[in-house]
Amino acid sequence: MPTPVVLLGPQHVSIDAHLVLRDLGITGRIALITAGWQEREDDDAALIAGLGVPAVNLRLHARAEEVFAADAPLREAYKERQELLRHLQTFYRVRLDHTDAAAHAISVRHVEPELLAQEWQVSVELFRQLDRDHLERCRAIHTSFETRWQLGTRPVVARHRRELGELVSGAAAVVIAGGHVASLLNRLKLFDIIGLAAGKPVLAWSAGAMVLTDRIVLFHDFPPYGSDLAQVLDAGFGLVSDLVVLPDPRRRIRIDDHAAIARFTQRMAPSTCLALDHGAVVIIEGSRILRGAAEKLTTTGQVDTNWAGVGP
Amino acid sequence: MTKQAVAIRQLEAGPRNRETVDAWVACHSFPIVEGSAITFVWRGDAEAVHLKHWVYGLPSSQQLQRVADTDIWYLVLALPPESRVEYKLEVVRHGHGEWIQDPLNPNRARDPFGANSVAHGAGYQIPEWVRHDPSAAPGILDELSFDSSTFGRRGFGIYLPRRFRRTRRYPLLIVHDGHDYLRYASLATVLDNLIDRLEIPDMVVCLTSSPDRLVEYASDERHARYLTDDLVPHLERLFPLDAQPQTRCLMGASFGAVAALSTAWRRPGFYGRLLLQSGSFAFTDIGDRNHRGPLFDPVVRFMNEFRAEPTAVSERVFVSCGTYESLIYENRSLSPMLQGTGMDVRFVEARDGHNWENWRDRMREGLSWLFPGPLLLIYE
Repeated sequence: MPTPVVLLGPQHVSIDAHLVLRDLGITGRIALITAGWQEREDDDAALIAGLGVPAVNLRLHARAEEVFAADAPLREAYKERQELLRHLQTFYRVRLDHTDAAAHAISVRHVEPELLAQEWQVSVELFRQLDRDHLERCRAIHTSFETRWQLGTRPVVARHRRELGELVSGAAAVVIAGGHVASLLNRLKLFDIIGLAAGKPVLAWSAGAMVLTDRIVLFHDFPPYGSDLAQVLDAGFGLVSDLVVLPDPRRRIRIDDHAAIARFTQRMAPSTCLALDHGAVVIIEGSRILRGAAEKLTTTGQVDTNWAGVGP
Repeated sequence: MTKQAVAIRQLEAGPRNRETVDAWVACHSFPIVEGSAITFVWRGDAEAVHLKHWVYGLPSSQQLQRVADTDIWYLVLALPPESRVEYKLEVVRHGHGEWIQDPLNPNRARDPFGANSVAHGAGYQIPEWVRHDPSAAPGILDELSFDSSTFGRRGFGIYLPRRFRRTRRYPLLIVHDGHDYLRYASLATVLDNLIDRLEIPDMVVCLTSSPDRLVEYASDERHARYLTDDLVPHLERLFPLDAQPQTRCLMGASFGAVAALSTAWRRPGFYGRLLLQSGSFAFTDIGDRNHRGPLFDPVVRFMNEFRAEPTAVSERVFVSCGTYESLIYENRSLSPMLQGTGMDVRFVEARDGHNWENWRDRMREGLSWLFPGPLLLIYE
């Protein structure tokens, strides 16, 4: 029987996750993940109070540190894998930048608008191809790593997985906070949390919401060095498919730049691009969106503030 | 006089007794900025007053004129928006000129030679990230020394981020003239703030200084050897550094930028990041004589050799230069050449001169582009 996956907007200004927990009838102890906060993982008292239900923090960041301290070969292999992923990300970015430069160079030519529109579709397809290739290469690296290292058979990992399995099985839901998206993703993978959480409601926000989708897209229109292109980081867990989740849009997206939004959403299509601001709630069961209150970025560059989950 | 210089015209048009002049001075801040018109003012008795500045393209000495029947001297310059100009006033009395800071202007910029007055053009603001932020945890500064095989005993400064942990691995930034960057370009404060805002990662910063910089920084093989074979290995033994090209950066301004580029050129692939500010990248298109003097001869030899066969010596290179420096031409021509090698290059110009606060103001963009912080990865 499908269990709900709930994507929420940021919770750092005010916590509204407790309302969703209440609506779903979740009053028992939840399993809380704040691994995205890294070293601040334990600093969860205010969050737990705001959630209004008992919680046990799974301490995935600390557990991962214990694993790496105890299992040196795994630590070194993990480091090498991360190094390789960083290289791939850099090379993918170089290709994206050149594709973007080419698209721009073509877009300013003085030719018929129809021809420019056709050329833009070619550019969109090139972007998509780069995104797909990058995602495939990341997946291949993870698969190879997992095949080689059989994480579940590493004694320290196995011990933590057993402990975590008990904690999760006794929980009414799994709640995943935001934070450092790559760090969170890696720790969830290391301990197979999504596997352990099968059949449980999962609530997540910000980085937590991003990792539940099928691809994690990094974005920031106001980086300190001027401007930046959105980029795919890696594959997520795919509990939610065909959604690109964009948390905290007011701080990260040039919301009035309709042309840029159109370029982005066309590149991401057919996935729906959802901006999850404070107060946003998307409840999904299986492949159905049961309830939606978020902002949809449309392929014409508009922001549909009334999106309610119908569609995409 | 530009039409925008209203304030000085009002003074000239009205009654010019001591009280009205006092009142006029009291109700303005100096220099007076009115759109693109900057009115420099000095008050006192003198035979002549000159504005002395280092804006390449303008006469470096310009005479102020006196408002009749007053002790007010003024000069109106048209400065493009967001300009920042360092200057002094030369007051001539009894045939002798004395260079002074502008007593009516509280803005000062310090450098190893003292301090200059600073005119802020319309729209220029001192970036807020160069000011001390009490919420940003300060890094730890220390002075160390070691015995190098190249230069014998040498000292260097070190900056460690506040959250420094032995169990982590850090990028390494080596800053030429690092102590001057600390003193005159607020380097420690900038690092504290950018790290606190997640705009750059926690990093270990090494501050080098040379007792003979004009020789050692001018494409001297010994300097490349000192950095690469002595200092970096020593730092890698002392600190948990990532020890990868892409997490190793050389930074410098003026001759320090030449030292950074020429070191990377001698050790291609070792330094994956370069931050080059107002580099003294003198070159010649024909012959080997340069107009900047013999100190530049080794620089010209290096640049001519590099220009003859440019190669990708690093991965990412951030180049900045002031448009009011004579070096703007060399830097403008350098950037496309670097780009042509396949390196990822960003070139930034600012309406500023060859000075420390120009270099300070460009650090955020340069450092965050070379070392993007976790900002892009954090979604709270």
